[in-house]
Amino acid sequence: MNTAQYETTLILTPERSDSEAGKLVKGYAKFLKTSGAKVIHEETWGIRNLAYPIRKKNTGYYFTMEYEAPTDLLATLELNLKRDESVLRFLTVKLDKYAIDYNERRRKGLIGRDKVAAAEAAVPAEPVVQTETAGEQPS
Amino acid sequence: MKPSNTAQKGYNKDIKFLASPKLGMRKKKYCRFKKSGIRYIDYKDPDFLLKFLNEQGKILPRRLSGNSLKYQRKVATAIKRARHIALLPYVTDLMK
Repeated sequence: MNTAQYETTLILTPERSDSEAGKLVKGYAKFLKTSGAKVIHEETWGIRNLAYPIRKKNTGYYFTMEYEAPTDLLATLELNLKRDESVLRFLTVKLDKYAIDYNERRRKGLIGRDKVAAAEAAVPAEPVVQTETAGEQPS
Repeated sequence: MKPSNTAQKGYNKDIKFLASPKLGMRKKKYCRFKKSGIRYIDYKDPDFLLKFLNEQGKILPRRLSGNSLKYQRKVATAIKRARHIALLPYVTDLMK
């Protein structure tokens, strides 16, 4: 069976409580795991403002998961998502090699506004100390 | 007298161009993705995609953004995906 790496983003209704929504979302991750997919990453954004109202709701509970799945599993997953009343929207995207690389770097915090902070954290503090001492010696 | 004469010559040379000759030359546009080596455009990052939208939430043309065709297509799909999951609006006024 061909497998590929996918990423699914869900928007759940804000009417459910956080724990309830979390449980629902975990259910989908569990469904993937039991039916032969490898879940690589799960990310909960929580309640966010929508850019436009969906089903008369202005906020939504966002959740993203990245997984490696056999190609025919998606149809069943999406069918389940369509049947679920509490899912406002979902988007499944197949990831190419650049996307996989990007997501890995994003998880390590090497992309975006945290980029500089992460790079500083990755570099040990020794060089900074050395420059400080070098600066002190002439004076 | 000679030094002043050459100075006069130089002055005359300058007066040929009342405006700077570089004034009409526009800075060449470039594709920021090619330049900085970005290979993937994330649809989950609406703040970044905002750079390629006008105030009505429309995608800016390549003529304005300077993107290469390859990355303009990727930007467009990323924006459309972001719109689908309500991270960006389909239509709006005064977005920025």
